[in-house]
Amino acid sequence: MEMGWRWDFTYEILPQMAIATLNTILAAGVGYAIALIVGLFFLLAQRTPSKIFNWVNREIVEFIRSTPLLIQLFFVYFVLPQFGITLSAWVCGMITIGLHFGTYMSEVYRGALEGVSKTQWEACRALNFSTIYTYRRIVLPQAFPIAIPGMGNYLVGIFKDTPLLSTIGVAELFHAATAVGGYNYRYLEPYTLVGIIFLTLSIPAAMWVRKLERDVNISQGKLKK
Amino acid sequence: MTYFEFLNEHGITLLLGTVTTVKVLVCSMILYVIISMIFGLMRLSKNPVIQGTATVYIEFFRGTSLLVQLFWAYYVLPFFGISLEAFTAGVVALGLNFGAYGAEIVRAGILAVPKGQWEAAHSLNFTPAKRIKRIIIPQIFPIILPPAANLTVELLKATALVALVTVVDLTFEAKQINSITWLSAQCFGTALLIYYIMARFALVPFLRWLEVLAARKVGKEKI
Repeated sequence: MEMGWRWDFTYEILPQMAIATLNTILAAGVGYAIALIVGLFFLLAQRTPSKIFNWVNREIVEFIRSTPLLIQLFFVYFVLPQFGITLSAWVCGMITIGLHFGTYMSEVYRGALEGVSKTQWEACRALNFSTIYTYRRIVLPQAFPIAIPGMGNYLVGIFKDTPLLSTIGVAELFHAATAVGGYNYRYLEPYTLVGIIFLTLSIPAAMWVRKLERDVNISQGKLKK
Repeated sequence: MTYFEFLNEHGITLLLGTVTTVKVLVCSMILYVIISMIFGLMRLSKNPVIQGTATVYIEFFRGTSLLVQLFWAYYVLPFFGISLEAFTAGVVALGLNFGAYGAEIVRAGILAVPKGQWEAAHSLNFTPAKRIKRIIIPQIFPIILPPAANLTVELLKATALVALVTVVDLTFEAKQINSITWLSAQCFGTALLIYYIMARFALVPFLRWLEVLAARKVGKEKI
């Protein structure tokens, strides 16, 4: 076996890796979309009039947040078939990522809502606005900019956690690298390529999030241009 | 098979796996704390070489996935003649990855200490070493501990990944038992519960205690 880096091998596997990269991006995108919606449900479920229901919900969120995504993936993938629900690895992966990051997202939303000053609510009450109107025209437009950095960070976070999907057999980038590496018994190039691809995608994304955060702070008057 | 019988038969194996998980957690925690202090300070250095090194390190480890780094440490490093044991590779990868996140927390913590404190220490003619040790560091801890606590809980969750490079930890054992018995709900459910208990009733109270301690040290009482 040759030791150093082999360019011919790199070129050989490059097309395969490129296709798998698209799968990774797709998985991250779908997972993120689900997480955004699930987060909303978790948020609403913590704000009902029933105290017990809210408490139960907080505990569920706490449980999902403090256990590893990897085992949650295994749990969904292996346990659901025992109850007669057989889902593909893709669907299982998307559900789990959506649930896991949905709990984080609900915290982002909650923080953003609490970031809106209480006097805004009082002013709306004084002006006799309905609750829906208050949310739609007063609270949400102010809460949204606060939520943007957190939402962006979790997009990058989900992207970086997609390799875990390979453990249940989703054919994303890391899965492709492991397969190619195992087939040729050379892990140097595939895994290094994965690293490089991740870097080239996530560093611009992270920079974009940081810029967004700055823009939001400027628009809120917290930072000077 | 009832759940009790399951625990009777496989409980010990899962507990042994838990011990390994705790070992991985403690080792990588020590490593990541040291790394984040060093690189957090380097990031604030005025020397462009030192600062650049720290920035490259932080961006690299934050930009790639932990799983990729883990597999790289375990499967690729041998190509360069460095063969690490699975446990070592796991701890090193976790420590380096979380050290990069921690370094940013340390950097933000140092910057958050009011400038007046530096100036006051300066005007009282403290030596640079004394300034850092007696004035700045005690004030940093209450600032960095809450985000560091979050990061440490993330670390506990991330230790599950070392199972994928054949470290026989809780996740590995749960997977193993699952492949023998196919009692998926029981073994993964129990593993989830153990992680939850570790995080919620051991790690988090410990970190809160540290926070209270640090706050008390600088005279800011915390409930």
